[in-house]
Amino acid sequence: MAIEVNGKSIETDEEGYLVNLADWSEEAAKILAAQDKDASDNPFELTNNHWEVIHFLREYYDEYQIAPAVRVLTKAIGKKLGKEKGNSKYLYELFPYGPAKQACRFAGLPKPTGCI
Amino acid sequence: MADFDVPDFRPYPFVPELKPDAMKGKGPFIAKPVHQEPLGFPGELVDNWEEKAIEKMGDMLKKYRSFRVYLDTCVRCGACTDKCHYFIGTNDPKNMPVARQDLLRSVYRRYFTLAGKFFPKLVGARDLTRDVLDEWYNYYHQCSQCRRCSVFCPYGIDTADISMAAREIMDSIGHGQKYCNEIIAKVFKIGNNLGLPERALRDTLNGLEEDMEDDTGVAVKIPLDEKGVDVLLVTPSADFFAEPHIDGLMGYAKVFHQAGISWTVSSYASEAANFGLFIGSYENMRNISQRIRTAALELGVKRIIFGECGHAWRVAYSYLNTFAGPFDFLDPKYPVPQHICEFTYDLLQKNVLKIDKSANDDMVLTFHDSCNVARATRMGNFPGGQFVIPREVIKAVCNNYVDMPADTIHDQTFCCGGGGGLLTDDLMELRVKGALPRMEALKHVVEEHGVTHMAAICAICKSQFTKIIPYYGFQMDQIVSVHQLVSNAIVLDGGEV
Repeated sequence: MAIEVNGKSIETDEEGYLVNLADWSEEAAKILAAQDKDASDNPFELTNNHWEVIHFLREYYDEYQIAPAVRVLTKAIGKKLGKEKGNSKYLYELFPYGPAKQACRFAGLPKPTGCI
Repeated sequence: MADFDVPDFRPYPFVPELKPDAMKGKGPFIAKPVHQEPLGFPGELVDNWEEKAIEKMGDMLKKYRSFRVYLDTCVRCGACTDKCHYFIGTNDPKNMPVARQDLLRSVYRRYFTLAGKFFPKLVGARDLTRDVLDEWYNYYHQCSQCRRCSVFCPYGIDTADISMAAREIMDSIGHGQKYCNEIIAKVFKIGNNLGLPERALRDTLNGLEEDMEDDTGVAVKIPLDEKGVDVLLVTPSADFFAEPHIDGLMGYAKVFHQAGISWTVSSYASEAANFGLFIGSYENMRNISQRIRTAALELGVKRIIFGECGHAWRVAYSYLNTFAGPFDFLDPKYPVPQHICEFTYDLLQKNVLKIDKSANDDMVLTFHDSCNVARATRMGNFPGGQFVIPREVIKAVCNNYVDMPADTIHDQTFCCGGGGGLLTDDLMELRVKGALPRMEALKHVVEEHGVTHMAAICAICKSQFTKIIPYYGFQMDQIVSVHQLVSNAIVLDGGEV
């Protein structure tokens, strides 16, 4: 599978995750997001709230070569963006399919695997 | 919410009307060479796969007497037919355990029995064709190897063994499942199913220590790679990552802290799960098990304790000594290995832990027996300990506890719907449908007894339930870890009350 970003074809795996992490761009994230549906069944659109999480995930991945645990993510978001955002309810509202898997896909990170 | 029909709750349990081919399909994603090769399997389907598959089956028949017995003894009495959660949830007759096994049994008859060689049609024997292989791949990934059907089999046929054998044969010809094999490869490379490297693990654990200190005022530690301590805790890596697993991990830490027993997690053996079991591969099971031995020796511990993980406890309880023993370097006063529930239960019996049950008064609990714990292991030193001990731990820390109906618990427990290597998004329809019997049992106690939360001691069960429970109208945070309940109620010395 592949997506078209600014005229360039970018490879994704069967689950829609980027094959090469270096292919990621904000434009690619928007296209990856639009493959999912939001709560009203429209193509998923990224708001500032989503971008805050996506950028944090990418920074964390750069540092640790894995996506953060949900708890690490909520804590970091809470510290950075205020307590009202530092909980998993907020993250699940943003990413209904789960902050770990859906947000990682938009952020161009590999899918977390295991018993999760 | 879903592009398939979520099953309706049934007014009372009954044998569903059959829907032939309801779950016909391609099965889960197939493993790529990068997932296959580190496990010692061919990267992709080999050219002469028919021949190789039959050769492999022949080897296994010679090696494992049990395999031949299970293939020979079924009399098709039908006792197993309506015992499978996937059959109940999907109505596909090929998900009757007898029919699912027959997909392999029919091929066995063709190549390994006299009648099948000469009169295949008369005895329901078939050639191994590409269609048969595709059917195997699809339906042997619709069995969670929970062994509920085996409880009802008058011959005691271990149907899970047949699913495992089918997967082993398919792996050996280069036709493995991506989910399981990608994960096993990660264990070999990084040490755990998640692929969580040591630095990330340390960062996560530091964060949890901070949280516990903020909550309780007590510096509860989660030591990593600390040499010379008493206990090595081997726990599923989901305990470092997912909710509500991580709350259970903090529960273990508080129990160790309060009991004053030194312990550590290992970054090398940072996984209790052993997916080698799911793919029926003793070689891979052994290689994963060996990591635990290596870590225990390097860290110089006296005891090994397993965290909340269903099939890990089966591998630990039934196979660890064979694969990674002898454990003569450990303290013989304690079971090798020990389950965290046994450990906590023992401390509770000795009144070592101070408990404030009222901390869990906002909940009415029930307990989901995980299939591998219930039907393949024991805890404590008495029969049925694996049923009694987790419940006694819950009751020691909670005032409100109710069991689900008797035919859905203990050795008759229903699978969560995601066990046996099926906890993958590409099997979501199967996972949701297979959860129906458990969801019905939960709904019963919710309505009749006001149950608010279901506790579990398996990483897969917890992840599966949090994912699928909203399809049935419940909330994901209604699933809790047993040691999360302990964590809520334990009173730490010097802590804030």
